[in-house]
This record gives sequence, structure tokens and C-alpha cells, in this order.
Amino acid sequence: MRHVKTSRWEALAAEPEFRALVRARRRFVTPATIFFIAYYLALPFSVGFLPQLMSRPVLGPLTLAYCFALSQFAMTWALLAVYLWRARRIDLQAARIRKRETRELLEG
Amino acid sequence: MRTQQTLVMFAIFVGITLIVTYWASGQSTTRRGFYAADRRIGGIQNGWAIAGEYFSAASFLGITGLVAFYGFDGFMYSVGWLVAYLTVLFLVAEPLRNTGKYTVADLVSFRLRGRGVRAIAALSTLAITLFFLIAQMVGVSALVNLLLPRLGDISAIVVVGLLMLTYVLFGGMLATTWVQIITAALLLSASVGLSLLVVAHFHFSLGSFLGSAAAVPMNGHATNLLQPGLLFHGALGAWNLVSLGLALVLGTAGLPHILMRFFTVPSAQAARTSVAWAMVLIGAFYLTTSFMGLGAATIVGKERIGPRMYAGQAISYIARHPEEENRLDQQLTRNNYIVPKPDSNLAAPLLAGALGGTLATAFVAAVAFATILAVVSGLTLTASSAFAHDIWFSLIRNGRGDESEHLFVARAMAFGVGALAIVLSIALRGFNVAFLVGLAFAIAASANVPVILLALSWRRFSRTGAMMGMLSGLGSSIALIAASPVFMGSRAIFPLENPGIISIPIGLAGAILGTLLLRDRESEAMFDQLQVRANTGLGAEI
Repeated sequence: MRHVKTSRWEALAAEPEFRALVRARRRFVTPATIFFIAYYLALPFSVGFLPQLMSRPVLGPLTLAYCFALSQFAMTWALLAVYLWRARRIDLQAARIRKRETRELLEG
Repeated sequence: MRTQQTLVMFAIFVGITLIVTYWASGQSTTRRGFYAADRRIGGIQNGWAIAGEYFSAASFLGITGLVAFYGFDGFMYSVGWLVAYLTVLFLVAEPLRNTGKYTVADLVSFRLRGRGVRAIAALSTLAITLFFLIAQMVGVSALVNLLLPRLGDISAIVVVGLLMLTYVLFGGMLATTWVQIITAALLLSASVGLSLLVVAHFHFSLGSFLGSAAAVPMNGHATNLLQPGLLFHGALGAWNLVSLGLALVLGTAGLPHILMRFFTVPSAQAARTSVAWAMVLIGAFYLTTSFMGLGAATIVGKERIGPRMYAGQAISYIARHPEEENRLDQQLTRNNYIVPKPDSNLAAPLLAGALGGTLATAFVAAVAFATILAVVSGLTLTASSAFAHDIWFSLIRNGRGDESEHLFVARAMAFGVGALAIVLSIALRGFNVAFLVGLAFAIAASANVPVILLALSWRRFSRTGAMMGMLSGLGSSIALIAASPVFMGSRAIFPLENPGIISIPIGLAGAILGTLLLRDRESEAMFDQLQVRANTGLGAEI
């Protein structure tokens, strides 16, 4: 596999099947990354700049700030679950390309 | 009595890990075995090992103590440590496994070939791992002074250093992995166990638990620990948190000792499985800091959490410079901080004592020491791989040399790193070095992460860009820390304690500017190959 010619990599990179694979990954990863960084940074910003609002008890004695912090754990695990589910489909696409390439290499 | 029990439990842990090392020693006879455990670690095992590499005594004792004293504001620290793994999961783990061999520099210099890029990537790995290593080892001295005051802190540092060297030199990555798995299991059982005892103390009523946390008696009046603002205040406090949060959330994806763990699994799928497991374990642990911390505040009471103030290494600093105590107190009070007299790091051990007796306290103390051992072993192995694989093998020997030479150099470098860490930690043990961890995260976020991401996604990205990006991220992180309140106190030029919010954009700008400055057709031509390999796993190292 180490001796695959450079031209072969370029041809592979241009294939519609491979482009679709890259697009499928990016379509999930880019918005998900922007979302979780924004959601995470909202915590220190809201606590720092809206302390009165965030100190309000909402769930029994639990304050809005504490609920928001706990929701970060739920958000993280939920995104993890969605990614694992999405990645299984992307894996299939990648495996198809990998299998085909390996076969072509063996056949010369 | 408690000292004896702690030592016996720690000795049992050491005995088990030495047996593991003996078993592993037969299997680290090649480079691939030594650095990457022959890529035969399973995804679930690697997930536990990542957790063991990541949990530190500072998280266990430090954050629990911060929650006990500052409630919500202490818990804010816990959140970032878990969210950070989304960056690792989405952006780094799988491409890294598909394109790298043993080190982060392998990924970066896969398409950006050349000695300069590899040398600077190795330099940044060494800076991060050595800063971490020294912070952890100096922590041993603080921990001994705190938990086992009858033992000498120098001998404790030497014992920890020698054990770490034994795991790494004889057992390589395989032994290190199992030490980390065992530690993660111990730490999780300690923290989950303590949390259950806390809830049981309140007759399994979350309502009455939270109710008493909302009204903790302190200095005669009730403090609501569920409310924000006890530690951080106003705009400066908020920007401090944002800067630290950014460094944490981006930096974790650039920590060489975490990334190195992905080379030990057989495939990108296994790498993903391991991040998933790590995220479940890490999240569970950081959730328990709330129960342990609020439990300590309500059950033990702040007034009874021990004789000294300040978190982390400051304990031994003040032990050596008692005349500084008042000055530090005044400085904190001036900045509107609450200055609790008792030491917050004792929260977890004292809670264990209150709920489970001296045996539980001893167990918590032994687990804290085991945690340090697991972390420093991984760090030593990572630093030695940067020295041996990147600098010696790739730069000095130009890729020549046989397997036995490599192994010898790798072990010699590990020995050198370990010896250096022992000497430096003994020399620095009176100083407060807690800022080194924040600095390491800032360097990882500013020097490593932009370059890793651009190498994977930007066709035009060039060698000049990679070198400028890493150097500007590294340089600005160190310069800003040196100008911050951590070093300069009230005369600080830069107001924030973590440089992330400024140094990350500087690192990114350096990488982009360098790329636009000088076109690099050779690296552009390699982009297709890197992209195909990273996304499909074709040609991945096995």
C-alpha cells in the first residue's frame, strides 16, 4: 500500500464517491463544532455578565447557572451519540472505497 | 495509623502494576511495541486508558475542594474538561490514527515534509509534556505534605519517579496503558462511591441535599453554593473563564500524551470507540465532583476542612515561605476573592473520613497518588517518543538505524526525561507551579491545534505556515503567561491568567500568514494523498 503512485491518490481524491464521503463528514462536523463551542462559551459569558439572571433558582433550589452547567454534560453526550450513529454510515462509504482500492492493487 | 493504611493500599497498587509491567516487558521488544503496544489495545480498553491519562490528582482533590468552597464557580471548571473531548472526537482522533505512526509530528510532517516542521513540532510536544510532567511531580510534594505529613517530600518524589521509570522502561506503552486503566477504575470507584455515600447521607433525597447546599452556614450566615459569583467576579472574572475555557476545549485536541493513545488501537473505528468510552467515564467523574464538593461543604463543613488555605502547590510554597502568607491573603482580598482559611484540597479525604471512616480516607489518599503515577508514566513515554522518534531517528539519523538502536535510544531518552523530571521537581518543590498546566493547555491550543487542523483541511497550507504557526503559538503563550498576574502579581501587563484567548488567534494568524507569504507546491501536491488516507484509512499504519 505504501507504494501507491501519487497520481493514483489524486485520481482517488477527485472521484465523486470520495468527494461524497468528505462532504458527508463535513456536513456534520462543521456545524456541530460551531454549535458546541458556542454553547460552551455561553456558560462563562452568561454567568459573568448576567449574574442576577443566572442566580435565579429554577428547579427547586437549583439555580439557572447550575442547570445550564449540567446541561453541558447532556449536550456533550447527545452530540456523541449522534456522531456515533452518523459515523456508522460514513464508515460504510469509506469501507467501500477501501475494499475496491485494495482489490485493484492486488490485481495489478 | 492513617499513614500506614495509605501506604499499605498504595503498596498493593504498586505490587499489581509491577506484575503487569513484568508481563508487558516481554512484549515491548520493538519500537511499535514500546510506543504503541503493537496497536493491539482494544477500543474500550483505550477509552479507560485515556480517562486514566486525563484524570489528575488536581482534578480529584482540587476541583472537589473548589466546589466545596465556591460551589457553582468551582463546578464551572469541571464542565470544560468533558466538552473538550468533542474536539478530539470530531476533528482529530480518526484522521490522526489513519495518518500517523507514533507522534503528533508524524501527522503534521506527513505532507509538510522537511526537518524544520518536524523539529518545531517535536519542540512543542516537549514543551507541553515537560511542563505537565513538572507540575504533576511537584504536586507529589504538595500531596505528601498534605496527606502524609510524616513522610519526606523528596523521598516521595524519588519513589514516584523510580516507579514511573520502571513502568516505562520495562513495560513501555502496554504497561503504561494498564496502569492507566487500573487507576481510572480506582478513581471512578472512589468518586462514585463517595457520591453515593453523600446521597445516602441525605436519605437519597436530592431535594434535601440541594436544599442544604443552598444554605451552608459560614462565618455566621448562610451561603448559597448553587449560586454563581463566589469565586469569579464581573467582567474580568468572565474573560478569565472564557480564556481558560477556550484553551481547555481546543487544547485537549493538541495534547501529545492524549493523542499518542490513538496510535495504540488497530483502526480509526477503534479510535472513535475509545473516545466515546473516555467521554462517558470522564463525564461521570466530573459530575461526581459536584456531589463530593457540595457533600464536603454540607456534611464536613468548610470550617473543618483543615488547617491551611489555598489550592494545589501553594501549600508547600507557604510551608517554605510563611512570611508570604499574609501578602497572598491581602492580594486575594483586594481582588475581591473569598479567602478561606482551611485548605480546600482536603475536602475529598475528609468527606471520605466522615462517611466511611479512616479506611476510606486512606483509600482516597492512595488513589490520589496512583493517579499521579498513571499520568506521569504517559507523559514520560510521550516526551521520550518526541526525543527518540522525531529528533534522534528522523532528524539526526535521517531515518536510518536498526530496531535495536531505536529501542535503546527510546529507553535512554525515557530515562533522561524521568531523571530530569525528578531533579527539576525537587528543585522547584517550594514554588507554586500550578500555572504550568494552564500554560501547557494554551500551547497545545495555540501551537498544535491550528496547525493540525489546517494540515488536514487546507490544500494551500505550507511548511512556512506550519513553522510560523507553531512558533507564534508557542512564543505568544509563554510571553503572555510571563506578563500575566501569575508571574507579575498586581503589576501584570496582561490581565488574564490564561493566555488562550489571545494566543490561539496569534497561532492561527501565524499559520495563515506564513502560508500566504510563501507558496509551497510540494506540500500542496501531497494534500490529496493525506485527505484520502485520513478519510478512508487506506495505507494506515498497522
